[in-house]
Amino acid sequence: MSPSRRTALGLGAALVAVALVGPLLPKWAAYLFTIAIAKALVALGLLLLMRTGLVSFGQGLYFGIGAYAAGVGADALKLGDAVPMVLLGAAAAGLVAAVLGLLLARYRTIFFAMLSLAFSMILYGLLVKTSALGSTDGFNVSARSTFGLAASGSLGRFGTYGLAALTAFAAATGLDRYLRTHLGRLAPAVRDNELRVEYMGASVRNVIHLHLVLAAVLAGAGGALTALAVGHVDPEMAYWTTSGEFVFVAILSGTASVAAPFLGALVLELLRSFAYEHAPNTWQLVVGGAMLAVILFLPDGLWSVFRRKGVVA
Amino acid sequence: MSAILETRGLTKTFGAVTAANALDVAVETGSIVGLIGGNGAGKTTFINLVTGYLKPTSGTVLFDGKDITGLSPRRVTRLGLCRSFQIPQVFDSLTAYENLLVGLGVVAMGRKAFVGSALGNRSPDDVAEEMLLRFRLGPYRNEKVATLPEGVRKLLDVAMALAVKPRILLLDEPTSGVSADEKFALMDLVLAAIRADGVTVLFVEHDMDVVKRYVGRILAFYEGRIIADGAPGAVLAHADVRRYVVGEAAVEEGAC
Repeated sequence: MSPSRRTALGLGAALVAVALVGPLLPKWAAYLFTIAIAKALVALGLLLLMRTGLVSFGQGLYFGIGAYAAGVGADALKLGDAVPMVLLGAAAAGLVAAVLGLLLARYRTIFFAMLSLAFSMILYGLLVKTSALGSTDGFNVSARSTFGLAASGSLGRFGTYGLAALTAFAAATGLDRYLRTHLGRLAPAVRDNELRVEYMGASVRNVIHLHLVLAAVLAGAGGALTALAVGHVDPEMAYWTTSGEFVFVAILSGTASVAAPFLGALVLELLRSFAYEHAPNTWQLVVGGAMLAVILFLPDGLWSVFRRKGVVA
Repeated sequence: MSAILETRGLTKTFGAVTAANALDVAVETGSIVGLIGGNGAGKTTFINLVTGYLKPTSGTVLFDGKDITGLSPRRVTRLGLCRSFQIPQVFDSLTAYENLLVGLGVVAMGRKAFVGSALGNRSPDDVAEEMLLRFRLGPYRNEKVATLPEGVRKLLDVAMALAVKPRILLLDEPTSGVSADEKFALMDLVLAAIRADGVTVLFVEHDMDVVKRYVGRILAFYEGRIIADGAPGAVLAHADVRRYVVGEAAVEEGAC
């Protein structure tokens, strides 16, 4: 069995399991899962960038744009269903990245990281000052239905959860396949040696630009899903600490597999929830300690646990 | 025979240093030319200028009669003018096989953008396997190249340049960093692979024994100028070449 098929099967099995278990979950757990998946989507985009040799400290920009676009779109375009809201969020984020990429694709390393962070803080500043969008309070977002299923129905209650799981499945299998194409294989090549990539006849800048857009689309979808799950958006979604958390998830997860960010995000959300419950004043210490342990003992991220046992994902 | 590569008055200055001084070079299609010269003679600068990595201060580069002065390495590569590197430029985190596949994948994606039919109707995977065989890289197929010996990385670097079937290949010191007793074996391999494809070659080399054995014509550079150009015997006997490049004159005078 080819590696891509094995990954697709594994992810498909995970999707079925998540879908079956969904209606049995208590409400808090379904919410936690949804948020974890939404954040994992952003981290999945970071995985693509990291494989290309870039770390963005500004994915909050696209996360925020996705969330706000979904919310504004629901009002302005009279979108009642969650599906077009998520698509709109992803598209808006991708569009912004397509424009900013013209500049960002010229930078590398810390300069790239800082410039991406600067753009996200510009959006934060704009959102805080825009009273039409609720300034620092933000505004409420809700979908009347998901896939046409009314949000009030027994199944519709898990609409966002199901949509998040489906989006995650599509994104992860899609990215896995992409990384195995001729174009996708240029990602590690660009990370290793840009000069040689140019001397092989490919454009490094175009590859980076494309990956910036793909990562932004994923972050936008994650933002829109978060907006739907929380039912609210605010400027904090574009704040640098939010961006930092995505990098945290990406490092915690590792870049070995497209499934890794989902494991990492779920672990982080669970850890934070329980730490917050049992150590409300020192929960950051618990989360930070866990990160330290991962860096020390699993420098390639949580996913490397599977590798060491010889299970190749 | 027509010249596949030609430079006219090619000049490059770095501040007060003239690394290429009005170079007029013509490389005949199908020939194998050696480029010799001491350190700082401008050999690598010449390759960098021709492939577009450096922009010349003045002068033109013609490829197959077309002006390619100022084109980026990417575009020059796509026209069929490829190079290898003195220090192997490979993708360290990838295996030898994947390294070859990167370049072939680029060709496969942009068949129209590349001149000639580098792949024919074969898949990039098949061509990569074939290159591994031809360059005897089979044993290293699935090894990450970061850990491979320098000679193997060097071979891979050349194989990557040749895999995309260039019309002319510029080899920058293919035997530097390779042990003396491996040099001829390596060059035999490289040249056999190159001749099989009928590729024109210009290669920079420090080792005169290597040069004499493989080329039909030698260009000798000194301080950015051509001091001799012609058949190996004549060039290596040239007084300036003996003095500045080979170093024999200096030895005779007791300077070393």
